[in-house]
Amino acid sequence: MSAGRPSFAAPPREGNGLLSAQTGAALAAIFVASVAVAQIQAPLAKPSVLELLAKWTPLLATGFVFNLLISFFAMAVGTVAGLLLGFARISLLRPVSGVSWVVVQFFRNSPWLVLLFFVMYLLPFQFRVGDMTIPFPDWIKATLGLALPIMANVAEIVRGAVQSIPTAQWDAARSLAFSRRQTLWKIILPQCVKRMLPPWMNWYAILTMATTLASIVGVSEVMTITLRITNAEGRTDLLIPIYSYVLLWFFLYCYPISRWTRRLEARYA
Amino acid sequence: MDDVAAWFLALYKTTGIKLTIFYDGYDRNRFLEGLVTTVKLSAYCLVGSLVLGALVAMLQGARTAAVRRTASAYVELFRNTPPLVQLYFFYFALGPLLPKVDGAPLLGSFGWAVVSLTLLETAFAAEIYRAGIEAVPKEMVEAAASLGFSRMQVYRQVVFPLALRASLPAMTNNLVNLVKTTTLAYAIAVPELVYMSAQIWSEQVNVPEMMIVLLVCYVAMVGAINQLMQWLEARLRVPGFGQ
Repeated sequence: MSAGRPSFAAPPREGNGLLSAQTGAALAAIFVASVAVAQIQAPLAKPSVLELLAKWTPLLATGFVFNLLISFFAMAVGTVAGLLLGFARISLLRPVSGVSWVVVQFFRNSPWLVLLFFVMYLLPFQFRVGDMTIPFPDWIKATLGLALPIMANVAEIVRGAVQSIPTAQWDAARSLAFSRRQTLWKIILPQCVKRMLPPWMNWYAILTMATTLASIVGVSEVMTITLRITNAEGRTDLLIPIYSYVLLWFFLYCYPISRWTRRLEARYA
Repeated sequence: MDDVAAWFLALYKTTGIKLTIFYDGYDRNRFLEGLVTTVKLSAYCLVGSLVLGALVAMLQGARTAAVRRTASAYVELFRNTPPLVQLYFFYFALGPLLPKVDGAPLLGSFGWAVVSLTLLETAFAAEIYRAGIEAVPKEMVEAAASLGFSRMQVYRQVVFPLALRASLPAMTNNLVNLVKTTTLAYAIAVPELVYMSAQIWSEQVNVPEMMIVLLVCYVAMVGAINQLMQWLEARLRVPGFGQ
């Protein structure tokens, strides 16, 4: 593009490394805020804010690992259920595709928090199978609650990917005497995997961020722990640093995923 | 109205399905108040994010690298951190720093929810505008510039109207997400729909009924938005674009 020509499209993003200029700037923004406050108020307070952060880091880390654990399980459950629902969505049987459409719309359009409440309140806290009582802890319920919207969105991803394959391929497969099932499994779906990967990863990142919702329904994940720490310490100067600290952790986890997703999208587009 | 109330009261007496919001005036008012708060919260954030989003999208295409990077950093930061933590950050960490006016904080929980959700949605809106701007053919921008339009005029009279139309479908999705995200305000005790419903179900012990009412409410709101946006899309359609 020659100089001086008006262009409103943003230039291609500079640098493809993890620590690009934007990331650096974003991280700096968080740090400047927290460190500045810590510096201003540290001389007066006994244990400095940085010491407090160091002291609570292991506990926060266990909470964060718990968030990741919930995100893995919810993604696994949501993906498996979503694939099944997605196949139902592209079924040629009217009742099957109709019912699955309703299910997908319902779970895609309901707020995550409300679905979470739904599962938390309406599922029992233990199951009875014969003489055995199987406990059904909060975090598993939260995982199921978070898996529901993932399920509906994965189903949409499947449908979208299948629809993005040219109709000519279906016709060609039929003229070669492939059955519908064979066409789907051997010709269409292998091509879909590539197209489904970026949006699927995108949903994983969204899910990871949504795991903090579990704190609202009483699961002891990183946000619950943060609230407890701030209550226990009772230090107002700790508030900004500790919240930006938690934000930073999520950013460091989710940003590379979103970068990677964008790269895959660009490659497969 | 009385018939409806009587019917739901009878429903409760015969089946035990307890939908107090239809026959108990106090509960009905609370519920409606929550609904109004949700709609208000969504509307404020929508308007704020549309305006700020256009600004950020413009900054992302600015000629100065530092401006571009700052705008991008803002977008990445808000898109890649949990909205709930952002909300807590604003309400619990930044909230106490604000000066008090007559003993009351300058911004209450509703105010902070508006600020936090607007900033979040601005990041999404900016990305959507950006995609819309990229969809405007370069030739059109060049043609406008060759006709003597200034950079600002090109943006306002050529690029923006087309980008707006190109971004409408994505905007619909974003608006739906916004309405769903307002439920987070529950966490900082903003009296929106979920909060009010939670109060009702904890007093009346009718969790399943209220849950279903709540879900139906949100699905209905989302459906209304989809209809409205489809109408808007059809209304704003420019011949010669799309199918």
